[in-house]
Amino acid sequence: MNEVTKIDGIGSSVRRTEDKKFLTGKGRYTDDINRPGQVQAYFLRSDVAHAEIKSIDTKAAQSAPGVVGVFTGSDIAADKVGGPICGWVVPCRDGSSTKEPPHPLLAQGKVRFVGDAVAVVVAETMEQAKSAAELIDVDYNELTPVVDFVNAEKGTQIHEEVPNNCYFDWELGDESATNKAIESAAKVVKLSVRNNRLVPNAMEPRSALAEYDSLDESYTLYTTSQNPHLTRLVLAAFMFAIPESKLRVIAPDVGGGFGSKIYVYIEEAVCVWASKKIGRPVKWTADRTQAFLTDCHGRDHVNDVQLALDEKNKIIGLRVDTVCNLGAYLSAFSVVVPTILHGTLLSGQYDIPAIYTNVKGMATNTVNVDAYRGAGRPEATYLLERTMETAAKEVGMDPAEFRRINFIPKDAFPYQTQVALQYDIGDYEPHLDKAMEMIDYSNFEKRRAEAAKRGMYRGIGMSSYIEACGLAPSAVVGALGGRVGQWESASVRVNPTGTISVFTGSHSHGQGHATTFAQIVADKLGIPMENVEVIHGDTDKTPFGMGSYGSRSLASGGSAISKAVDKIINKSKKIAAHLLEASEDDIDFKDGKFVVGGTDKEKAFSEIALAAYVPHNYPLETLEPGLEENAFYDPTNFVFPSGTHIAEVEIDPATGVVEVVDWAACDDFGNLVNPMIVEGQVHGGIAQGIGQALLEDAHYDENGQLLTASYMDYCMPRADDLPSFKVGYTNTPCTHNDLGVKGCGEAGAIASPPALINAVIDALSPLGVTDMSMPATSQKVWKAIQESQSVAAE
Amino acid sequence: MYSTKYIKPNSTLEALEAIKSMGEGKFLAGGMTLIPTLKQRLASPDGLVDISGCDLDSISDEGDAIKIGAMTKHASVAESGLVNKAIPALAKLADGIGDRQVRNRGTLGGSVANNDPSACYPSAVLALNAIVHTNTRSIEADAFFTGMFETALEENEIIEAISFSKPTKANYVKFPNPASRYAMVGVFVAQFNDGVRVAVTGAGEGGVFRHAEMEAALSSNYNADALSALEISSEGLIGDLHASPEYRASLIKEMTRRAIV
Ligand SMILES: Cc1cc2nc3c(=O)[nH]c(=O)nc-3n(C[C@H](O)[C@H](O)[C@H](O)COP(=O)(O)OP(=O)(O)OC[C@H]3O[C@@H](n4cnc5c(N)ncnc54)[C@H](O)[C@@H]3O)c2cc1C
Repeated sequence: MNEVTKIDGIGSSVRRTEDKKFLTGKGRYTDDINRPGQVQAYFLRSDVAHAEIKSIDTKAAQSAPGVVGVFTGSDIAADKVGGPICGWVVPCRDGSSTKEPPHPLLAQGKVRFVGDAVAVVVAETMEQAKSAAELIDVDYNELTPVVDFVNAEKGTQIHEEVPNNCYFDWELGDESATNKAIESAAKVVKLSVRNNRLVPNAMEPRSALAEYDSLDESYTLYTTSQNPHLTRLVLAAFMFAIPESKLRVIAPDVGGGFGSKIYVYIEEAVCVWASKKIGRPVKWTADRTQAFLTDCHGRDHVNDVQLALDEKNKIIGLRVDTVCNLGAYLSAFSVVVPTILHGTLLSGQYDIPAIYTNVKGMATNTVNVDAYRGAGRPEATYLLERTMETAAKEVGMDPAEFRRINFIPKDAFPYQTQVALQYDIGDYEPHLDKAMEMIDYSNFEKRRAEAAKRGMYRGIGMSSYIEACGLAPSAVVGALGGRVGQWESASVRVNPTGTISVFTGSHSHGQGHATTFAQIVADKLGIPMENVEVIHGDTDKTPFGMGSYGSRSLASGGSAISKAVDKIINKSKKIAAHLLEASEDDIDFKDGKFVVGGTDKEKAFSEIALAAYVPHNYPLETLEPGLEENAFYDPTNFVFPSGTHIAEVEIDPATGVVEVVDWAACDDFGNLVNPMIVEGQVHGGIAQGIGQALLEDAHYDENGQLLTASYMDYCMPRADDLPSFKVGYTNTPCTHNDLGVKGCGEAGAIASPPALINAVIDALSPLGVTDMSMPATSQKVWKAIQESQSVAAE
Repeated sequence: MYSTKYIKPNSTLEALEAIKSMGEGKFLAGGMTLIPTLKQRLASPDGLVDISGCDLDSISDEGDAIKIGAMTKHASVAESGLVNKAIPALAKLADGIGDRQVRNRGTLGGSVANNDPSACYPSAVLALNAIVHTNTRSIEADAFFTGMFETALEENEIIEAISFSKPTKANYVKFPNPASRYAMVGVFVAQFNDGVRVAVTGAGEGGVFRHAEMEAALSSNYNADALSALEISSEGLIGDLHASPEYRASLIKEMTRRAIV
């Protein structure tokens, strides 16, 4: 061993400390929490997609056994409680802004999707609430539902405030330069792709428990949230008009989010409202059907792409026209996902001199669509990487070489794209080369031939993605239409014996922060990781913070912790200087010890901590006692992870089944704090990407009924659908955060769908197949094979 | 779930009495189908008669048949030495139902009484020319399944056991629905001295069915090639999100080919 690594510092694959409780079933989720006197809420939901409500008769329900209250939209309106807000808007091409229709907590006059909440029944038990809900009589005047978002413009208008069912019509880039590039191109590659609609499917369904304390007129809300402080802000400031201090939001253990638990949903707000109205704690927990119907869905784009090439196959322009489905109401980040988080990614890893994109966000009678693992970036990567592969084949180049000649060269960083982002650093050829090596790319044709002998079609496909994580800086976010800041906070409290409590504004719902964050602190302070406790998810404990999404936790939240620890070290040096009777400048901090340079005089970190809290010998005239520091960190830029994934598949022509037989992922996430956790994130991301590419599809029929509303029809990836992943890394450390880290949580889900679909098309290319939509189900692949054979026979 | 009565008798006789005393009662076997139905409020029986205490879970060798009690769990069939020796295809079928939890609770009787068009067991009953023994009579397989979710069982008639004839050769091959992993197409092929029986599940609009043309072809030549010339009609096959009738027709032929070994 030539390098000594601390077993629990940065770079160590230490096991996740939080797993013991999860694996032994001891996690404490919102639904596990019960309060004295608690009652249950059940929402009566619309079973039609689009209708005017003529009348609601709740009389029979009011007097049903166990019922404590039955409320409708008019009760909410009477109390003037506002609805969820949109956290980010964009300007339209015509100079107007995004249309923001109201989203009432309970339907007022109209229902707009199957699952829209019409009334809430609060009863002693959930079964009683359900039984009473069956007695509510709603008289609907049904309207023609709008389901096909591509043609939504012509459909029945869903909101008074949204003409042509178009929330926004946004653009980015230089249209005339791009069109000129296309007109003058040696070749223009055209492709239309669809990004299929997905249901997030967090393992834990959403849940809320609200309690009102009439003595100090305050509320406590336990809820399944990825960002409890934002939930508190939205509920307090925008919905209930109460001081934030009168609302405590606790997001205890949360069983997965994937984006779907970022937003404030109507159910949480209704529980808060009803808890005061009734004077008892009110709990609501979704069952799986409600999760399918009412959790914000993801993706759902159609993109028309034109890629212009010069005679040397260099890209000279890219135009993308996108229509996306945002559903019945605007959710918190549904506007930013297909615009800012999508359009700005269109340069990918490539040097593209002219880019233009236009995005229309449409209203439909389906549930809201918002961020889902990757949020805009998978959609951008999918269309770009499908187009890159298609273009390579059309010009007769190896897809790897075609990418290579178009990569942004290593010495061109920082690189200003034509779509607003400036990449700080990157080096793309190494991860392409390494991924090719990992999958033995050069011998692929041998494997294809061997498979053919077995009657199987083998294919290979790649995707070189870029991701922008850790939205920042706040000023830019604001300039782009964001209504929130995008910094992160940390508070590091050194306890008298030298143990540490870290309070973070980010939130862990599966990512392993308790471990990763503790490793950072342990590494910087040179103390055992067991001495570091990470606290998150409670607005009364943690500093105001933005929560976790967009792969921001380590880059933003981890950096804030690092900065707070730096402040601790600085103050500790002052204390050490006093104790050691030396000048502060002469104190070195190393391996957990403060040493007077060039001497053997030293103080352990724990001794400094004790001195800070028992300041008998302490420079009280110049220094406050205690050892606790806050940091708010506003990054100066996004972080830009990148990588190349290569998928290899075999297709059985008799059944159309696609088997993923091999996978190489080589990612550049900058420095890795815990490589094992990172690898887990990569695995999970790829699994979700394979799910999107082969299996998952949220399918509404023309009446707006979700046909895939259970696991009988909605197909999640299972372990036996997945190959063993080969995971590797390159490293160009981020230039603008102290840890040199980027994000890794979404990369797998971003990179994998195009790699896989490219592989499927490659496998079928001997049959003349050139396109395949997601999900590439066995039926779809079988049909493509049948059709190619019937064409061949003609 | 609506509230309902629950009774757990110790014999079939007591079970029958109990169910007759209810307006509309339901036998409860493994509950893997019935309980979710109740939880989703899709049924509201007056009472549940749990027949797990009625001694209906033995497996015995009857010479030319294997008799399996209605309450025998899928896992027990999968692990049974008797079944594995006499009709390994039946053990394989049971082993491929659902997941471990489902196999540890779901029962033969429950599956056959329910006659889900995508269930696996009905194909074995039909292909293995089984006899369904109830509290009142013995019903031949060919007369038992009468349509999707429909059987020849009368109200309050209880399946006690099913006798499966021992074939000379048999196999079950299932193409699972990717989401539910029930059969999207499942084919049970059984060869007897007097001919071959082929039963198809997961595909028919009327539930499980025998495929006469494939039976004829395989009876004269028990070889996958015997199917090559056959055109499998898509008429009467289920079309849904996951598979069109044409795709199912193609899978029927392919699964049958794979079943012949
Ligand atoms: C996740 C999951 C996956 C599954 N996958 C598969 C699969 O791949 N293949 C497959 O074939 N099945 C599958 N099943 C169904 C499973 O096999 C069930 O066990 C079966 O459908 C019902 O058996 P049960 O013992 O649970 O019956 P129950 O749910 O208790 O009863 C079902 C019905 O049969 C009636 N009944 C039960 N026993 C008798 C009897 N002895 N006499 C008369 N009526 C009776 C009941 O009254 C009820 O109407 C799956 C189920 C689940 C939950």
